[in-house]
Amino acid sequence: MPTADPILVVENIVKRFETPDGVLTAVEDVSFAVAPGEFLAVIGPSGCGKSTLLNVIGGLLDGYDGRVMVGGETVRGPHPSVGMIFQEESTFPWRTVIDNVAFPLEIAGMAKAERLEKARHFVEMVGLDGFERRYPAELSGGMRQRVSMARTLASEPKIMLMDEPFAALDEQTRLLLGDKVLQIQQDLKQTTLLITHNLTEAVQLSDRILVMTYRPGKTKRIVEIKLPRPRTSEIVGSDDFGRYVAQIWSDLREEASKGLKDDESRVARAGGKRR
Amino acid sequence: MTTRASIGRRFVPVAFGTACLLVLFVLVEALVRIGTINPFIVPLPSEIVLSFKRIVVEEKILPRFLLTCGEALMASLMLSVAGIALGVLLHRKRIVRLATETWIAAMASAPIVLMYPLFLVIFGRSAWTIIMIAFVAALPPVILKTLEGLSSTRTVLINVGRSFNLTPSQLYWKILFPSSLPTIFVGVRLGMIFALINIVGVEFLINFGGLGQLVNELSERYDLPGTYAAICFVIMVSVMFFIATERIERWLRPGS
Repeated sequence: MPTADPILVVENIVKRFETPDGVLTAVEDVSFAVAPGEFLAVIGPSGCGKSTLLNVIGGLLDGYDGRVMVGGETVRGPHPSVGMIFQEESTFPWRTVIDNVAFPLEIAGMAKAERLEKARHFVEMVGLDGFERRYPAELSGGMRQRVSMARTLASEPKIMLMDEPFAALDEQTRLLLGDKVLQIQQDLKQTTLLITHNLTEAVQLSDRILVMTYRPGKTKRIVEIKLPRPRTSEIVGSDDFGRYVAQIWSDLREEASKGLKDDESRVARAGGKRR
Repeated sequence: MTTRASIGRRFVPVAFGTACLLVLFVLVEALVRIGTINPFIVPLPSEIVLSFKRIVVEEKILPRFLLTCGEALMASLMLSVAGIALGVLLHRKRIVRLATETWIAAMASAPIVLMYPLFLVIFGRSAWTIIMIAFVAALPPVILKTLEGLSSTRTVLINVGRSFNLTPSQLYWKILFPSSLPTIFVGVRLGMIFALINIVGVEFLINFGGLGQLVNELSERYDLPGTYAAICFVIMVSVMFFIATERIERWLRPGS
């Protein structure tokens, strides 16, 4: 746990879903705290409840046990201090890059000239200057994710939640966008919670990594990443980086195997029912 | 190179479409001339072209064209407003959707035009009878496509709105509505086609005026080139409305 007054506290979160096969516990008794400016990654095998946990923290899911506190205040539902970046492509196709980024400012009632000026600053920050008047359909997948990032940053959240934002991108783009995230995080001292199943990405970006168990998702271990900052993607070639990846993989391997076996038996059961 | 490519992208489809039309024209002309197609059923395309001037001068095409256009415009406006509003209602009220969706879908295939005597009794022998029949017959596709567009808005876009604390009304106007506009416009275009078919059909049946009445009169006189030329004017109304909706859609929802 961080020693500074945490900006985000997650306490004993339990989230269950009703399914045709009975009650499924997606997240069980997960607790952690995040200090201001800290970058925490949550890693776990597919189906371990990482995204469920993020949606609970972001206020998009209710009906859970436990407590989420932002800046000392218990929150239920979306909070203005929390911004989210999603795994799926989430730009508005009918808005240009600049209008996408200015969206939260428009909602806040900011005057047009002022919001465009401010949005331009965030467009530059994610390296998309020159593309302000383009529509998302004219951009690559990586550029569209940067538009989403700029849009979330424009709302100036105290905490940024990222749900596998680079999952659909190729490895090289992912590493380069990782650099961009590191640069922004360094400039803004942005508190960030990243959900990922990518070991390299987690180690490259984070101060700490929370490893989750396979279903139900529980905290298996929290690993502190003591790699020097400021970082770039060049760090992936260092020995320390490799050691951290190996250490986290040893924790994750057992959980990922459980997930794989569970998937195989589910497929076998489904095949049996069809026969 | 880029300018040439962009000119090519714009003009090649138009040129290809025109060429296809000309090929069809020449083919039908040839088939009629050699007797493969009976000239008492399909007149020579060249005769249809020549009869345009006669139709315009002798049959007072302009007021008829404007009357049909006016009826189509009125019906289109009414069905856009009412159809989209009803689609939104069905999307927001689950109970209303469950109770009515099947009926509305069934109504889309009902031959409403056959109910014209009832409409004549209610609205009299006026343009309103024609407009109301077109409106009722064309409403279902607009309602159903509006509902489909709103229901198929991607969850992630709704979640973006929720994460920015949008009010329900902001969520509707800033995300759900623009996201579903392409599907809504498919419904509006379908509705307009249904409306125009019904307008011309009822004009034909009740002999009230417009292009439908002209088609009726010319066919009664067995003026086949004239009949086909009048049908070309009906197609022109349809094309005009199609282009107008496309422009409106591009203006309302750029970037598609």
